[in-house]
Amino acid sequence: MKKIILIVSLVLAYSSNAVSQGYEVGDKATDFRLLNVDGNYLSMADFPDAKGFIVIFSCNHCPFVVAYEDRMIDLHNKYEPKGFPLIAINPNDTIVEPRDSYTKMIKRAEEKGFPFPYVIDADQEIYPQYGATRTPHVYLLERRDGDLYVAYIGAIDDNARDASKVKEKYLENAINALLAGEKPDPDFTTAIGCTIKTKE
Amino acid sequence: MAKTILLLLLFSIIIVDSFSSPPHNIETLDFEEFEEKWLYNDDNNIYVINFWATWCAPCIREIPVFEKIWEIYKDNNVKVLLVSLDFPTQIESRLIPFIENHNVESKVVLLDDPDSNRWIPLVDDSWNGAIPATVIYTSGFREFYRKEFKYDELESIIKPLLN
Repeated sequence: MKKIILIVSLVLAYSSNAVSQGYEVGDKATDFRLLNVDGNYLSMADFPDAKGFIVIFSCNHCPFVVAYEDRMIDLHNKYEPKGFPLIAINPNDTIVEPRDSYTKMIKRAEEKGFPFPYVIDADQEIYPQYGATRTPHVYLLERRDGDLYVAYIGAIDDNARDASKVKEKYLENAINALLAGEKPDPDFTTAIGCTIKTKE
Repeated sequence: MAKTILLLLLFSIIIVDSFSSPPHNIETLDFEEFEEKWLYNDDNNIYVINFWATWCAPCIREIPVFEKIWEIYKDNNVKVLLVSLDFPTQIESRLIPFIENHNVESKVVLLDDPDSNRWIPLVDDSWNGAIPATVIYTSGFREFYRKEFKYDELESIIKPLLN
């Protein structure tokens, strides 16, 4: 009996670990090696000169992502030259959500002419470490002494559906703060988005 | 000729009829209006408030669960509200067709408030903005659920709250 209780509590302990909250601002972020739409694997280590990264958990099908695609392109074009390239990661299970398949990612990247990498978290191992829960979900990373640290988590701005009515550009303000050697404020925001799709 | 006229007449009756069917009116609320009207009522009702959108696949799967709860418990003071987060530009093109095609009978409102960073934490501190999400409350009980409900699960929460 004791043995069973031990096993049960071990299982409970394990499962509560499995749903850990992911990164908070200030945490060290992991690099990854994920397949890009150009057919090559991509890591943040491939960008030795970057001061940091705009990592956005993204996908093809979510209307909130689609509403932000043009703004993502602008962000990359504006901040990649300043040392903050954008990397979009599709975290969705492509059997549960076929519209987010690798082939359809390639198609979407071509249609929109994404200037940034669009990689797939095919084993769904990266998004849980970051703690991403929805698309789009932004993690702004800053490189210090060769390591990457989370500087901002959340939304791109305060109006998903209408770029012309944005009042606060949370992400841009956060990058500008880092470029000025300051801490982003706010460093955490939230927004409506599509749940990341996993097998049940 | 007479036959053609008759046919035309018939067609026009059909067309007029399809236009004259009562249109679904979707009440559109900003967060303050929604909060005041729906989020903190202190009466004898049990409120099941679900945040969803027509583009959200798990939300769509879950709608019949709320419909069934409402159908079975509507006479036991259970109020179901489906809060759509669809874009306001898609009320006519997506939301109303969805409600009509799926014969949704629960009350649907549209929450039209783009600055979600401001209001999401006001619904619940633990909400990360992913949908579906559901608030269930009555006097002495308030819980927030970040999940897709199965019927039995939802019923097991509602049942102990019934008077």
